[in-house]
Amino acid sequence: MTASRLGWGLLVALICFALLAPLGDPLGPFRQSLTKALSGAEAAAPFGYDHLGRSMFSRLAHALRLSLLLAFAATATAAAIGIAFGALASWRAGWIDRALSLLADSMLALPALLMVLMMGVILSSTPLAFWAGLAAVQWIEFFRLTRSAARSHLASPAAVAATLQGFGPIWIFRRILWPEIGPMLRTTIAFGVANSIAAIAALGFVSVGMRAPTPELGLMMVELLPSWREAPFALLQPVLACFTLLLALNLIAGARK
Amino acid sequence: MNTVLRALSFRLIQAGGVALVVGVMSFLMMQAMPGDMAYRIAAARYGYDLVSADLADAVRAELRLEAGPFAQFLRWMGDLAQLDMGRSLVSGQPVWQEIAHQLGASLQLAAAAMGLSMLIGPPLGIFAGLHPGGWFDRVLLVVAAGFRAVPQFLLGLVLIVVLAVQLRLLPAAGHGSLAHFVLPALTLALGLAAASARIARDAMAAVAASPHYAFARAKGLTEAQILRRHGLRNIAAPLVTYLGLQFVMLAEGVVVVETIFGWPGIGHALIHAVFHRDVPMVQGTALVMGLGFVLLNAVVDLIVRHIDPREVQA
Repeated sequence: MTASRLGWGLLVALICFALLAPLGDPLGPFRQSLTKALSGAEAAAPFGYDHLGRSMFSRLAHALRLSLLLAFAATATAAAIGIAFGALASWRAGWIDRALSLLADSMLALPALLMVLMMGVILSSTPLAFWAGLAAVQWIEFFRLTRSAARSHLASPAAVAATLQGFGPIWIFRRILWPEIGPMLRTTIAFGVANSIAAIAALGFVSVGMRAPTPELGLMMVELLPSWREAPFALLQPVLACFTLLLALNLIAGARK
Repeated sequence: MNTVLRALSFRLIQAGGVALVVGVMSFLMMQAMPGDMAYRIAAARYGYDLVSADLADAVRAELRLEAGPFAQFLRWMGDLAQLDMGRSLVSGQPVWQEIAHQLGASLQLAAAAMGLSMLIGPPLGIFAGLHPGGWFDRVLLVVAAGFRAVPQFLLGLVLIVVLAVQLRLLPAAGHGSLAHFVLPALTLALGLAAASARIARDAMAAVAASPHYAFARAKGLTEAQILRRHGLRNIAAPLVTYLGLQFVMLAEGVVVVETIFGWPGIGHALIHAVFHRDVPMVQGTALVMGLGFVLLNAVVDLIVRHIDPREVQA
């Protein structure tokens, strides 16, 4: 329990930093002052400057905003699609169930990074590709969760009684299925968001994710790697931010059993 | 026997589903590319140097490209069904030839990482599971959670900076000698080991608390004998099942780690193919990864059935 509380604390702190830091920031993530490249902290840039003289404070906040927004959007979409399909599959059964399960099993075999990369070729906008690719991988987990929960509960006396009394599928979903699925969602959502954030950073790091001037955690790491001897703290910032974010989400997800 | 056939036919259908999904995605990628479709296909078939307007028209007529996207889609899936993947848009070589060339390097790396993670993860997990709640168990829990929170590219970055650049113990990138294996394989193995240690620990703790384990102890067997004769096989079933599921994590890791360490495998090829918008190569590598998952899990199904012939698991 304390681990999960620590996780929430770290996550809330990072979200607050991402939301509030740009408000009182005079420089912005793109303003360059090349004479200050890799120099240390000062009042205008509390975290120092990167190799092109841009404020690390501002870039870090914008990078966290981007990662969190994309990851939550992708996971929320995946949850909506997965739960809807899962409920549909167990309610309608028959060939709809078989077709959706086959689709889920087939997409399960494809790694998330591969899906994002393929979406990146199809869609012209990179954030859109991340959103679609990550959602396309993550809906499977929500689908399986909902389907298996629904299977055991739709046959329960409570659901049968509700059907006999004429309650519709939406009422049964809301009053009988949702209380079962809801508590399990926290772990799945936290892992989904963590995986999304890791995927965005990993693709940024191998230069096929976000494009150059955009502040993004993985991209910042690979940009600052060549100058890590001169400015180890500049490289350490995105590394620590990424690690703390993932640790927080893992702690929130972790309290199983 | 019947259940074995059912499991295998499920994997066969799954393989078909994977090919369908990859085919649809690749067709959409082809459609999304700028430029004239006929020129692109002609270039893919005959090489960039030989493409001319006549050749493009010939392709247009032959494939009836005017027939609209639906007919093109059927044609594309037909080629895929005949395992005709076309040629790489960049090198002009047949996709199969390119992939066969790179797959070897990836399999070597994946096998080395798997082997290394098996040496690290399960033994630690088994030891922790034999003493649940002990100090080692608690330390392992924290360390494993820490490693799972570190994405593979970050671990690779730390290992390069510490072991290769700072201490100069190992080469940071490259392919060829045994020393080149260590860093990429270790990067992959640590993440995998953290997860398999947890699985082994939970399985071991459950087995060690079971009545048959207590009976073996009451019979007077030594701890080592009990573990060998009554413990290991029981842990093996969930562990092997988990290895099959880990393949996605491994494939994803291979893509990132190969790119970071300059390893000439299919992950590296995939990133390059995406960079150059080389759709036939993307389709080929995606298909190899997806079908690799299905094949490995078919093998895992058979092994698990051999380890645990009781047909309790659904």
